[in-house]
Amino acid sequence: MSTDWPLWEVFVRSRRGLSHTHAGSLHAPDAQMALRNARDLFTRRSEGVSLWVVPSSEITASSPDEKDPFFEPAADKAYRHPTFYEVPEGVRNL
Amino acid sequence: MTPVTSPPHGHAAAAGANGAPGADGLDPEAVSAFQAAFDTAVAADERIEPRDWMPDAYRSTLVRQIAQHAHSEIIGMQPEANWIARAPSLRRKAILMAKVQDEAGHGLYLYGAAETLGTSREELLDKLHAGRQKYSSIFNYPTLTWADVGAIGWLVDGAAITNQVPLCRCSYGPYARAMVRICKEESFHQRQGYELLLALTRGTEAQRAMAQDAVDRWWWPSLMMFGPPDDESAHSAQSMAWKIKRHSNDELRQRFVDICVPQAEALGLTLPDPDLRWNEERGHWDFGAIDWREFREVLKGNGPCNEQRLEQRRRAHENGAWVREAAAAHAAKQSARASQDGASRTARSEP
Ligand SMILES: [Fe+2]
Ligand SMILES: [Fe+2]
Repeated sequence: MSTDWPLWEVFVRSRRGLSHTHAGSLHAPDAQMALRNARDLFTRRSEGVSLWVVPSSEITASSPDEKDPFFEPAADKAYRHPTFYEVPEGVRNL
Repeated sequence: MTPVTSPPHGHAAAAGANGAPGADGLDPEAVSAFQAAFDTAVAADERIEPRDWMPDAYRSTLVRQIAQHAHSEIIGMQPEANWIARAPSLRRKAILMAKVQDEAGHGLYLYGAAETLGTSREELLDKLHAGRQKYSSIFNYPTLTWADVGAIGWLVDGAAITNQVPLCRCSYGPYARAMVRICKEESFHQRQGYELLLALTRGTEAQRAMAQDAVDRWWWPSLMMFGPPDDESAHSAQSMAWKIKRHSNDELRQRFVDICVPQAEALGLTLPDPDLRWNEERGHWDFGAIDWREFREVLKGNGPCNEQRLEQRRRAHENGAWVREAAAAHAAKQSARASQDGASRTARSEP
């Protein structure tokens, strides 16, 4: 049996105004240690102003293949994009 | 940020059971469809991600390479850590500590990337300690003087950078992202080494001689870091086809020599190779023959420090066991207490 500590996913907000972004993962026995390790591992050069750690086992993922039917409903709805629409020449601010 | 992705539900599930189809239990038609999708992605310079289907040989090649790379980062801490307590000034000491700490971080990014392929941290460390996975031979040479710290930063980290920059475009996403982080941090490593040597060459005659001696000893082993010549390199062609590797060993070695010659000149130091001369026709520096016998000997375990490095690694791991156990016990106790508190709170709120 593995004696590895649980795996955590680390999310870093690099500066105010930006979302937290996945930075990587690490092992730690608990959330507090995961935060401390994440600080030492991912923000040694002031790369972050805020950290989240999430147990990897708590993440639910969509199926593996990114081209998979899960995402298909969005594929044929080009009318969700502004470029779908015809705008007569000379019409501005639209 | 440059994330080192791990499979979203943990390393234990990363191999076959990660929801990504493995080779087992699939009919040949499905496998060839997956293979075709994989080939198309690689050809189009797309990244392969942990949960994608990939050929078994691609997976095992990556595990071997990333593991060896991770091991090199943490074994590589030893020769330099040897000088932290003896650094000649507080400035140099702080720099060296930061560098050695970075190397630990590089090891962790890379272990994380390897774990996305379905191996565990424990398995990787066990294999290193048992001598079943390798680390770079360069770290089996001793650091005899303070100037060695400079020569390592300039030449060893310099060679590593030359090797690693193309790996930022490696076809396997988590490895490529780890390399982006690492490369950003490496440039300080190389500069601090160069600056250290510069300080010595501007010092006393004895200091200048110390710098020259270190360069004399580290030059050839640094050239060996690029691996055997192309016609003897067993895995190269396949790795290039998979876009794990982007350039051949000899190509990268030549690039490194071309970079170093003018840098050595600026230091006023000579590189220990009488055959080094500019080749107008090729537009490159010609250099002398590498002693591959020495390389193979060190690889086999007969370098000056092989035993010492592995021994110290094992000891560090064993000496840290009680810390790992205590932290795990503390975490178990905390979570037991939390769930007990939760249970009694629920009980009390019942009417
Ligand atoms: Fe490194
Ligand atoms: Fe480095």
